[in-house]
Amino acid sequence: MLPLSLKMLGRDWRAGELRVLALALVVAVASVTSVGFFADRVRQALAREAHQLLGADLVLRADHGWPDEVREEIVRRGLARAETLNFVSMVRGSAQAQLASIKAVSRGYPLRGTLRVAQRMNAPDAATREVPRRGTVWIDERMALALGVTGRLDNNAVIELGNVTFTVDAILTMEPDRGVSFFNIAPRLMMNLADVPATGLVQTGSRVVYQLLASGEREEVDAFEKWLSPRLARGERLRSLANARPEIRASLERAQKFIGLTAMLAVVLAAVAVSLATRRYTQRHLDAYAVMRCLGATQTSLFSLFAGEFLGLGVLACAVGCAAGYVAQLVIASLVANLVVVPLPPPSLLPAVQGLVIGIVLLLGFALPPLLQLKGVPALRVIRRELGPPAETALMAYAAGALTIGALLVWQADEVRLGMIVMGGFSLALAVFSLAAFGALRFLGRAVRGRATLHGSIAWRYGLASLARRTRTNVVQILALSLGLTAILLLTFTRGDLLATWQARIPENAPNRFIVNIQPEQRAPLMKFFSDNTVAEPQVYPMVRGRYMAKNGVPVDVDQFEARARRMVEREFNLSYMETMPGHNRIVEGRPFERTELESGGLSVEEGIAKTLGWNVGDRLTWEVAGQSITAPVTSVRKLEWDSMQVNFFVIATPGLLAGAPTSFITSFYLPHSLAPLSNRLSQRFPNMTVVDLSAIMRQLQDVTNQVIRAVQFVFLFAVGAGLLVLYSALLSTQDERVQEAAVMRALGATRTQVLNAQRSEFIALGLIAGGLAACGATGIGYAIAAFVFQFPFHLNHWVWLAGPALGLACLLINAFAAARSLLRQPPIMALREL
Amino acid sequence: MAAINANPILKAAGLSKNVPSGAQTLTILQDIELAVMPGEALAVLGASGSGKSTLLGLLAGLDAPSLGSVWLDGHELFKLDEDGRAVLRAKLLGFVFQSFQLLPALNAQENVMLPLELAGSRNAAALATAMLERVGLGARLHHYPKHLSGGEQQRVALARAFVMQPKLLLADEPTGNLDAATGAGIIELMFQLNAEHGTTLVLVTHDEMLARRCTRQIRLAGGRIMAG
Ligand SMILES: Nc1ncnc2c1ncn2[C@@H]1O[C@H](COP(=O)(O)OP(=O)(O)OP(=O)(O)O)[C@@H](O)[C@H]1O
Ligand SMILES: [Mg+2]
Repeated sequence: MLPLSLKMLGRDWRAGELRVLALALVVAVASVTSVGFFADRVRQALAREAHQLLGADLVLRADHGWPDEVREEIVRRGLARAETLNFVSMVRGSAQAQLASIKAVSRGYPLRGTLRVAQRMNAPDAATREVPRRGTVWIDERMALALGVTGRLDNNAVIELGNVTFTVDAILTMEPDRGVSFFNIAPRLMMNLADVPATGLVQTGSRVVYQLLASGEREEVDAFEKWLSPRLARGERLRSLANARPEIRASLERAQKFIGLTAMLAVVLAAVAVSLATRRYTQRHLDAYAVMRCLGATQTSLFSLFAGEFLGLGVLACAVGCAAGYVAQLVIASLVANLVVVPLPPPSLLPAVQGLVIGIVLLLGFALPPLLQLKGVPALRVIRRELGPPAETALMAYAAGALTIGALLVWQADEVRLGMIVMGGFSLALAVFSLAAFGALRFLGRAVRGRATLHGSIAWRYGLASLARRTRTNVVQILALSLGLTAILLLTFTRGDLLATWQARIPENAPNRFIVNIQPEQRAPLMKFFSDNTVAEPQVYPMVRGRYMAKNGVPVDVDQFEARARRMVEREFNLSYMETMPGHNRIVEGRPFERTELESGGLSVEEGIAKTLGWNVGDRLTWEVAGQSITAPVTSVRKLEWDSMQVNFFVIATPGLLAGAPTSFITSFYLPHSLAPLSNRLSQRFPNMTVVDLSAIMRQLQDVTNQVIRAVQFVFLFAVGAGLLVLYSALLSTQDERVQEAAVMRALGATRTQVLNAQRSEFIALGLIAGGLAACGATGIGYAIAAFVFQFPFHLNHWVWLAGPALGLACLLINAFAAARSLLRQPPIMALREL
Repeated sequence: MAAINANPILKAAGLSKNVPSGAQTLTILQDIELAVMPGEALAVLGASGSGKSTLLGLLAGLDAPSLGSVWLDGHELFKLDEDGRAVLRAKLLGFVFQSFQLLPALNAQENVMLPLELAGSRNAAALATAMLERVGLGARLHHYPKHLSGGEQQRVALARAFVMQPKLLLADEPTGNLDAATGAGIIELMFQLNAEHGTTLVLVTHDEMLARRCTRQIRLAGGRIMAG
């Protein structure tokens, strides 16, 4: 049977029968694997990108020097190593002294990411691979302002640090691992590690953070982390990506979801394309099949014959697709090479396997049903042409295929929720689209019935009437078209909206300065300072420090928590109080404070910490605030936008509970670069306040987001390709019938204009229906994705209502135009012969 | 009846058709010279594969010749563009395909209405119904081609050609699928058209009886017209 299958494959290939199907498969597998390959590499690259924020893959922090055993272990494992010492000290400039947060670094720091320096203040900066030379220091802008080092840096810019005099060599503009910590508040001075002993500043008992940085191959880093974890002594801890900054992590997780979503869309579209292509193939082979039955072939042998042919085709196409996918991702990788700063690691083999599996499943799930239909074709069809295949078996097979694909998608994207939404969305769209298409065709058919004529200006009525005449094929065509268009709209408009929303999360004028420790009586003068300096008055929040004591009367047992939770519990919390939550907080459980709670007391807690510490709505939490014990129930759980750069609180209480406690205030605001010196004037005017500069981390966050978005955009192209393929196969599905119709009409004396008008009115209606449906689909699915997966507020893009129908129209008109060329240029008999 | 000295309604000169076949070219028709006078009935005979259908397609301007010319009512067909030929066909010509070429999406009546609609006729439905009744399909107006038997499909195709009452009817084996009685009925219909409206008939056929009723016969063999 197999040799015959392969022979048939050869014949059908030569007859051009299978080319579209093969192309659909190749593009499907290629897009899946290249999305897979590329997403895989980007994922790895993103992880590295994130490591920049640590300055390494792994950071070891301690309050004492690290033992040599650990240092040597890093090198022994082939990992790169660097060291930093962090402490706070007074720095004396020529005019004044300033408290500085000093970071002494060894050669090689940072292991991930780069430092950027400028030759003087406000000069353009550039990346550097160096660290400060011995005898020199780099200072940040705030430090330079404080010390009055604002001009050109020549050898006159000197500072004194402990016993030693240093030359200021550069202005440090960016430090990848400069996190935001309210304790890390003084301006920065960076120096060479080897210069530290001479200063005499670090002695036993001084408050110093010793950091060891390690980087290298992922497995090696993991292995080292495993080795080290059990050996950590008191005062030593590890920082890795898992506990990196929440706002960056949020960004990266979102990127992975986007990429996963795209891969899914590509697969779903491929499925549609494959089933369309197979449908066309089987329709063209119904007769051949029936004839072979008459010639004595059994159903089973025929089925295995065709199945063998398809399997052969599938394996070939999958292999080609995989190879093409690999090449494609190489091309993309080289395209983004200068966008994605980190070199992409080599792809793993998994995407190839996934691509192959998905290709085969696509073939089995979506080519098998029409083939199974072939099996049901009675031999009698040779004589009675109306005898078609039974439909139920096909439905079952499609359902099975859809289920398998769904499962595979979840496996590939590792995102159950996203997978459900995509699959659910598409099934729903499928159902709604077919009903709507059917209704619209019926309606059109009714509207023009009896008035159909081909003459002159009313030839279009004929076209509309024939729309309704071919209801079944046209429903299928509208369905496929609108699915393809939905995907494309989703990938262009909705994606654009989602990405724009994402980018807008970190708006240009997002707060870049925090002020902490504002005393109650300073609020009014501070606001006046702002208005005097034409800066918008920011929202100020009260802050009370408190310790978490008990839940539902049971005292907190520190030992029951894992390390991270324990650190949270051991520290004092920053509690706030207010009557209504800030706008960027969203209540996901419970309800806002109500009148009764405002009187009796209530707490609103952040989702993540509630999960970590096991708090639920209704739990009564006890806090110790300024020696007093306070107990109140949790009345709501809030979700925070960590990347909004707003002031965020884990716990917000009703004012009645905390208003009596010692309160300081905190605020965040946007300070344009041009007004940067204001920061210093603010510190001078209110010396007790601490002004934290977030602009560096903000810039970093924006950079990461932008890069990630660019990478995501590239991945989108593939899904768009798959969508176009669906469109193409959809258009092809009624091609044969249209060619015959045109040729016959021409033989009967129809002019070019008549044929074109009739077909165009049909195409216009089809395009408008499909495009309109697609616009609905894209909006609906986009809304679901925004609301349920990314938790963005979704803004409807009204252009999609124009773009959908316009795109549908364009597709069909281009198709009509292309078809018309072949229809009208060649003599009718030739057109008929080619069917 | 044919008017004396009238110009031929259909004329072919030096008509040849070659198709590439692998490395060689296959000659299907060679050097066909033919003139058909208005009102004449011409039978085209010949063995299977001798080129009859190809000739008919060329005469209707549905196919392009490799060499030679065809004049339809004095217009040189292949000097016109496709649209020009279509307009001429709409005005003069009825054509019956050997394989019928009914549109599967249209029912019998709609298929017959098609040429009327193309010409902007106001009462297409009534004319189509009347013609279908004349070919014995009054009861199958709303049936789709795939539900019709081969002979019924052929009669729909004939009705589609007759309904325009063309000046020239080109039919490829119009009775090929019909039993003797129905075939005779169709033949009657064609010659009635011929008699009433002076419709010129060019009929490809294997049916000697039909051929004998025609005013003239030509016989094709190997792509050439044989004497007689
Ligand atoms: N486009 C083509 N390419 C190759 N061969 C062709 C083509 N068109 C026609 N032929 C060949 O030309 C020959 C004549 O074909 P045609 O259909 O005109 O025959 P016919 O006389 O009508 O036969 P029949 O009585 O069986 O209908 C046949 O051998 C056919 O195979
Ligand atoms: Mg023939």
